[in-house]
Amino acid sequence: MTPNFHLWLIPLLPLAGAAVNGLLGRNFSKRLVAFFGLFFVAASLAVVWTVAIRFWSLSQAAPHTEVLAPWIMAGGFTAHFAFYLDQLSLIMILVVTNVGFLIHVYSVGYMWEEGGFYRYFSYLNLFMFFMLILVLANNYLLMFIGWEGVGLASYLLIGFFFVRDSAASAGKKAFIVNRIGDFGFLIALFLLIQHFGTLDFDKVFPAIASLPVETAGTGLLTAIGLLLLAGACGKSAQIPLYVWLPDAMEGPTPVSSLIHAATMVTAGVYMVARSNVIFDHAPDALMAVAIVGVITALFAAIIGMAQNDIKKVLAYSTISQLGYMFLACGVGAFSAGIFHLMTHAFFKGLLFLAAGSVIHALGGEQDMRHMGGLRKEIPWTFWTMTAATVAIAGIPFFSGFFSKDEILWKSLSSPYGSRAYWAIGVFTALLTSFYMFRLWFMTFFGEYRGSGSHGYEHAGHTHPTLASAKDVLAEIVVPAEFVSTVMSNIIERGGMVVSFEERGGMTILSASVPAAKMVHYEEWLRDHTKARGTWSERAPDKQGKAEVLVRPLAVEHEHRGHIHESPRVMLVPMVILAILAVIGGYIGVPEALGGHNRFDHFLAPVFRTAAGTLPAGTPGGGEAAAEGTAARLSETMATAVSILMAFLGLFFAWLLYYKKRDLPDRIAASLGWLYNTVRDKFYVDEIYQAVIVTPLVKGSALVLWRGVDVAGIDATANDSADSARSLSDKFRHMQSGNVRSYAAWIAVGAAVAIAYMIWMGVR
Amino acid sequence: MSGSAWNTWILTLVTFIPLAGAVLLLFLPRRDRDIKWFALFVSLITFALSLHLPTYLHRGQPGFQFEINIPWIPTPNIHYHLGVDGISMWLVVLTTFLTPLCVLISWKSVHERVKEFFILLLILETALLGVFVSLDLFLFYFFWEFTLIPMALIIGMYGHERRVYAAVKFFLFTMIASAFMLASIIFLYAKTGSFDYVTIQNAVRDGASFGITGHALGWLFLGFFVAFAVKVPIFPLHTWLPDAHFEAPTAGSVMLAGVLLKMGTYGLLRFNLGLFPDQSRQNQSWIMVLAIIGIIYGALVAMVQPNLKKLVAYSSVSHLGFVVLGIFSFTQLGVDGAVYQMLNHGVSTGALFMLAGIIYERRHTFDLDEFGGLATPMPIFAAFFLFITLSSLGLPLLNGFVGEFLVLSGAFQAKMIWGILAASGVIWSACYLLWMYQRVFFGKVKHSVNNTLPDLSARERAALWPASIAALVMGVAPVLWLNIIDPAVHSVLAPLAQTTAQVVR
Repeated sequence: MTPNFHLWLIPLLPLAGAAVNGLLGRNFSKRLVAFFGLFFVAASLAVVWTVAIRFWSLSQAAPHTEVLAPWIMAGGFTAHFAFYLDQLSLIMILVVTNVGFLIHVYSVGYMWEEGGFYRYFSYLNLFMFFMLILVLANNYLLMFIGWEGVGLASYLLIGFFFVRDSAASAGKKAFIVNRIGDFGFLIALFLLIQHFGTLDFDKVFPAIASLPVETAGTGLLTAIGLLLLAGACGKSAQIPLYVWLPDAMEGPTPVSSLIHAATMVTAGVYMVARSNVIFDHAPDALMAVAIVGVITALFAAIIGMAQNDIKKVLAYSTISQLGYMFLACGVGAFSAGIFHLMTHAFFKGLLFLAAGSVIHALGGEQDMRHMGGLRKEIPWTFWTMTAATVAIAGIPFFSGFFSKDEILWKSLSSPYGSRAYWAIGVFTALLTSFYMFRLWFMTFFGEYRGSGSHGYEHAGHTHPTLASAKDVLAEIVVPAEFVSTVMSNIIERGGMVVSFEERGGMTILSASVPAAKMVHYEEWLRDHTKARGTWSERAPDKQGKAEVLVRPLAVEHEHRGHIHESPRVMLVPMVILAILAVIGGYIGVPEALGGHNRFDHFLAPVFRTAAGTLPAGTPGGGEAAAEGTAARLSETMATAVSILMAFLGLFFAWLLYYKKRDLPDRIAASLGWLYNTVRDKFYVDEIYQAVIVTPLVKGSALVLWRGVDVAGIDATANDSADSARSLSDKFRHMQSGNVRSYAAWIAVGAAVAIAYMIWMGVR
Repeated sequence: MSGSAWNTWILTLVTFIPLAGAVLLLFLPRRDRDIKWFALFVSLITFALSLHLPTYLHRGQPGFQFEINIPWIPTPNIHYHLGVDGISMWLVVLTTFLTPLCVLISWKSVHERVKEFFILLLILETALLGVFVSLDLFLFYFFWEFTLIPMALIIGMYGHERRVYAAVKFFLFTMIASAFMLASIIFLYAKTGSFDYVTIQNAVRDGASFGITGHALGWLFLGFFVAFAVKVPIFPLHTWLPDAHFEAPTAGSVMLAGVLLKMGTYGLLRFNLGLFPDQSRQNQSWIMVLAIIGIIYGALVAMVQPNLKKLVAYSSVSHLGFVVLGIFSFTQLGVDGAVYQMLNHGVSTGALFMLAGIIYERRHTFDLDEFGGLATPMPIFAAFFLFITLSSLGLPLLNGFVGEFLVLSGAFQAKMIWGILAASGVIWSACYLLWMYQRVFFGKVKHSVNNTLPDLSARERAALWPASIAALVMGVAPVLWLNIIDPAVHSVLAPLAQTTAQVVR
């Protein structure tokens, strides 16, 4: 008997949270918003854990499908709302809900002072819904719902501070660039429908498994594989579609952590891994995955070395690490890719949270050149950040070491591997270690370089109207008849009425109003009460001339004086992730290091057919054992090299950013244009702008619209209409008005008809 | 009335109740408030009655249902013949669904000649419904042309600055094109002695015995096609549309985009495919190419519009391109998707025009430069707008995706390159819609007058909620619609499949 896991609850619970906060949250207190925001994710997390425990306890952990309802049924094609649980999706839902929940908790602290608190949690829950749909889907179309849906959540959250143009543009860019990838994904789906008539995993994959491997480099499966790769490149920010991710840092930092580091951006890796049967049958598509991955890993790491914005460093680092995951998948080592996906979720999620804590402590400062020496002031942040840094840098026995080492080894030893992959990968590991320790030294060591003169700029709310999300305590004097309107307006805009008293026909409201709304507020009040004269300090006179007066009494400012550690609600999630970043690798210790690689074995049923996951060191008798020993030896060698790289990166970072602090500038100066090119990200955005965006917009405006549409078609139509009109003018002397022209045209029509019939009759 | 009587007369009721309401309105005193409530009442009654159709339609049964066929005029042989199948039925419901929303959205935007406005709106509803339910070609043509009068008057009397130009342009474009259809219908009558759809369909199949040559069929196909292509509109016959939309009052735009354009695509499906399967096949390639041009061209031109309403108008050109693409893919998926996309477009673009109208009422401009940052003063409006924008750009779980996906999938099956080129539309739609949204809602408030814009009123929300809920339900549970559309499309495509088979043989 198959157990019923009620998988649908897992995504649906966060959706309920999104709906509650989204529809009603405006009227909730922040506590209530936070409660609902966390409660539904926690509930989902609880379901995930019970599912996980039950799944593990099954003697035969076979893939499990739960069909909820039909979604699209047309012409023999059916796609269901149906969920699929196997080892792979189990790992994904565990990562998503656990890391997701921690980041929700962190967000309560981080976003507490922001306007639109309910909106934030509604979006974040919505993200969880779509992400869980994505990884639980049993068919590509449902996966596509999640795929586009997380893109929507990402769009909304990147543009969360929508008043800032750069944030709004970044959100739009993310969505559009992702849509370019989705275009490929969609066409892959059309090919699958055309050839297999279904998009269900449990039908498509067996059908493909029975097809021959496409060695010729062309063919249906190669095409599908490459198109899926295009989709994955968009979502997982790989070359050439990575450009949206650095911009996505405009979003609040917890969002960068959850969506743009730990979960959503790994969806491409998941999708490739999920499609392992397709890629196994299309070696050339697989190779493309590896090449895209390894080049992206290197390219992004190079850019990451020269960034000064702490979040930008992490963004390029994420792109680079995702490149590693692609490399792993591309050499057929899907489980290694998923392993790195998981450890990366821990340490990169944490890196962003810690960076957020740093930014929080410094009142919005993101430029590492203005940091330094922070390890004493914010020790918790420092130590958690340290755990994450050593993990990503590949320092032995922390999580990233195991997973990255596994990838590097597979890139060399897999049948699809090559020395070039390995060499580039190892070099990238050096760069990774370097830029991460660079960040670490620049932020926490040396002396504090901040000017101390910054105003309150929280998490990039550099925009004046959001410059301080603090409330302004205001005294608002209004005529009695407007009191209720004004009060409801205050509440609607996130303010709170503290007290009110009647005085001579006027009511004096004391209200705490979000500073961001202050300007709008005064104007709104003025317009709505038809107050003449400008807003001033004038007291209300008895004639009621100055009917409205808003008098800011006090601005509660965050003190910029001392650097402060983040509240516990932020630190606890960071500590938990730090523990995971340290120990999370032990479930997949490679055999060469004396481990059992339980992670790989756990995932083996999913990737059964994948050649690359046939472990190189499988114990066996005779020749296999000899080969195994040799392989183990070279694996140990390879591991030694990657350890060396990690420490070399640490050494260079120490040398340049701790020991000899003037050296980086001198090196940069001596490199000249080369350095500038790296710092300016190889001008890729500028090139895209000049080659694609500008011609498209200008061409559409000048050629298509002004040219073809207005000057071409429409002018021709109007000309012929004019000549027709002048012609018909000659015939119409008796009447005037619309009805008449209607009649005229019926006549014309009839004439044409008759002429036509005569002509047809003649033939 | 007994059940069967209901089934016989329901279409008549639904079609003519709005007209009856319009006639009653004539005699109501000019108290604007009463007139509005009465118009709302009539349109809601019509909607409620129209729900009889999906409730009692027999899904498995091919052909037309709820039929009524009464000889009307002996010479020429005109019948009062109404009936719907799983395709036209939904268009009827779409029309009755949108009309009350139009009444609501016009509540305050129409100030003068209020009575005439609502009379015209109700007359328009009857005319549109008549188009979808007529199975007699004469009757069809009558309703087809009759839609022009109230629509042109709504544009010409209640529109914006260049309303007369736009009304005349609209009238002439569609009128001239319709003349070709009239010619075709008269020719068919001359040959068959009937205006009856089914009779003519059979006659055309067996063309030779009625003396209809293959050559003539080609011209007949084109005659119908031109009339429909202008209405859709298919590139390059679309230039009347931006002007008409731009100048039309909100309700006019909603009816124009939501229903009137569907007359064109419905006509293509019912008459071009239904009557001339062979000719449809012969002309498939260039029509598909025009549809694809429409999709991409409409989107690109929409992208660079400085004007909100023209932008939405050009987006219609792009969206309707998808519908034509689906219809002429001749695949079950493609045509299913096309029919669904007709409904989606009615809901989404109808709602977009309502939203544009709402902002116009506050600012008296559609100029995108005049907006910016509106999410701050009008958060609820921004939320509705975003929702509808997402439905329009085909976000999965909202209505637009289902239609687009099926259409593209069908086009892809018909010819791979068609599907690929058209699928690029998903990129373009994201470009123009999100850019538009950003320009209207994000950033700082650029013009201080916008700071104090009131958010949506209860009435406005009442008009937007139904459309939003429809967009969601149609995206989550499309089976409710597709179950009925699918068999109907199957019988439309059957003759086409036969012709392919013959070609193969």
